[in-house]
Amino acid sequence: MSTLLPTEDEVMLADAARGFLDEAAPVSHLRAMRDEGKTHDAALWAEMAQMGWTGVLVPEEAGGSDMGHAAAGVLATEMGKTLVSSPFLSTAVIAATALRQVTDDRATEALRKIAEGSVVYALAVDEGPKHSPETVDLAATADGNGFRLNGAKSFVCDGIAADRLLVLAKTEAGTTLFDIPADRAGITRDAMAMVDSRDAARVSFADVEATGDDVLGNVDDAMTVLRPALEAGQAALAAEMSGVAAGAFGMTVGYLKERKQFGTEIGRFQALQHRAAHLWSETEVTASAILHAGRQLDEAPQEATLAVSLAKARACKTVTLAVQEGVQMHGGIGMTDAYDMGFYMKRARVAAEWLGDYGYHAEVVARARGL
Amino acid sequence: MSEQDLETFRAEARTWLEANCPDEMRDGASGDDNICWGGRNWQFTSDAQKTWLDRMAAKGWTVPTWPVDYGGAGLSRAQDKILTEELRRINARLPLQSFGIWMLGPALLHFGSHEQKLKYLPPIARGEVRWCQGYSEPGAGSDLASVQTRGERDGEDYVINGQKVWTSYADKADMIFALVRTNKDAPKHLGISFLLVDMDQPGVTTRPIRLISGSSPFCETFFDDARTHVDNIVGTEDRGWDVAKYLLTHEREMISGGGDGLLAGRSLGQVLGDEGDALSDASTRAMALECEVDTLAMALTLERYKDKAKTTGVGDASAMLKYYGTELNKRRHELMMLAGGSDALEWDGAQGSLPADWLRTKANSIEGGTSEVMLSIISRRILELPA
Repeated sequence: MSTLLPTEDEVMLADAARGFLDEAAPVSHLRAMRDEGKTHDAALWAEMAQMGWTGVLVPEEAGGSDMGHAAAGVLATEMGKTLVSSPFLSTAVIAATALRQVTDDRATEALRKIAEGSVVYALAVDEGPKHSPETVDLAATADGNGFRLNGAKSFVCDGIAADRLLVLAKTEAGTTLFDIPADRAGITRDAMAMVDSRDAARVSFADVEATGDDVLGNVDDAMTVLRPALEAGQAALAAEMSGVAAGAFGMTVGYLKERKQFGTEIGRFQALQHRAAHLWSETEVTASAILHAGRQLDEAPQEATLAVSLAKARACKTVTLAVQEGVQMHGGIGMTDAYDMGFYMKRARVAAEWLGDYGYHAEVVARARGL
Repeated sequence: MSEQDLETFRAEARTWLEANCPDEMRDGASGDDNICWGGRNWQFTSDAQKTWLDRMAAKGWTVPTWPVDYGGAGLSRAQDKILTEELRRINARLPLQSFGIWMLGPALLHFGSHEQKLKYLPPIARGEVRWCQGYSEPGAGSDLASVQTRGERDGEDYVINGQKVWTSYADKADMIFALVRTNKDAPKHLGISFLLVDMDQPGVTTRPIRLISGSSPFCETFFDDARTHVDNIVGTEDRGWDVAKYLLTHEREMISGGGDGLLAGRSLGQVLGDEGDALSDASTRAMALECEVDTLAMALTLERYKDKAKTTGVGDASAMLKYYGTELNKRRHELMMLAGGSDALEWDGAQGSLPADWLRTKANSIEGGTSEVMLSIISRRILELPA
């Protein structure tokens, strides 16, 4: 495997992304969207498509830039630093990876649309409060040549902006992944007022019709397609979380250097220095796990489960510490809505929960390690 | 080097190791009794141990990345990685471990003259001379730069007087690399020299210190008019602190687990082994899970920083490796003790050396700079918080 150091291309990609996002989507952009009651910025999404970001995992023959998972992680990290709100993970990472598991014209066409930025996908897997792709109640019952879907999904990230949904359903002898338009008859989407001000929906299905053409992969065998997609999403989300941690940490260290109390910068106090140094150490250790997950997905995707869960588990732990220390070390101002730190704390909590929390992924690691 | 060249190297290494590693050396043993430290007075525990050392040294593979002229094999980082993998594949013991390899060698390669390298490095590589480190003093622990041991010029010699403490294996070492004050008028960091001193002289005496683990890896070392030739100064007079800091970086990497690795290829599940019962308790299992996650991530971090060392260098981040690695090692040993229950409370009982190992880990976050000193280094030099 190549080294855990960023390649020249990755450094250039990160620099370019940072330059663009500092202009187009600083934290004030998320704040403005929240204040306007918006959860999706179509113009920003179109620009991401133009730069080749939405096609980061789309093959070149389908119009993508096919830069790979490590590169997707680089982009997600930079987005995390300024809390960029977009369907990048849902669409460009998760849906694109799912579609790549299938080789037919329809999948290629869908990938082409992702690369050109003309479609937004959302993943509808979870039904209860915790991530659990193994337990599905939403049923797709056979009906003539097709299926009828009945049930409900929640915490469908980017579900309001979505044009299409990837829906995990229980079928006769297993689970099946459907790729259907989000506005098909019988589907009702309700926006969830999320703490991180981002797009998520409750989606209910009442006798929604689906055909065999709507099945992604094979009937009763969702996981062949879904597992790689989930792992790609988890790795990229972990990368985004490391960006969130870095953003919060940067603000905090900056504040320690400028804020004065007792006649001096509070960063002179050893009690705070040591906590900041500990937090930095945690971010460094987590960065290794995240880089490793990206490399593993690019080089040996069939054996990436442990690497991905290690990255997500570490990211959950580190980002939580980063935002908690961020608010505490800022003191009162960290509690105010006018200050950005709260946005970091709220995104950290949502991201820690999405696609599996610390316990979920630590358990995957434990099983792989015989614990 | 191309992928193909690396694969060729792997094939050659595998063939050579198969032909040359004695069977007795393929038990992966890494306990204190199995380590070969080398030195003038070294007693090999078996013929196989000597054969293995001699063959590896002749190949330059006791110090694979050192230049060939100085006893190494001049391997690249990628080749070194492959060699390590191949050694692990046959579960081979390390042929030689020593402070000469881990600490003095890198410092000499960086600061030493060609003559010093030729004189001192090959005997380290062949396991003929064993070194110890004379850094701390009774009055200079975390505040290492206040060392008081004096070195005064007398003709072509330095005459050394003073006391060192926590000198690991000083009672078994042939030579010592020591921080000595050669200028008492200069600011404390600018009056220290880095001297190489032969222990085999009347002016040097040692006394072991018994630790809470029952063992005595550390000594007090006394200098009473001990002598060393001026050619044995590394770097320039009064500027030994630069050498000392560079060497500390390597020491920190070693203590953090950079040497044999935190894992040595084993999961906590395997380490806890038959004590699996303890893991059915939710609290212990939760701690074990978290420890395992952190250990795997730290092992990747050590790999990442080894790659970094070959490109941009590690610099002050070695403080992070040392801090995190040692705190983690303490956690792992606390867990093993917990899992072992009363079996782990008896010296040399059912859990073997675990009780002594557990107590030994408590020194990890003190020696080579305490965790608190590491955090201060990170906050000042990396985060650039005001001092």
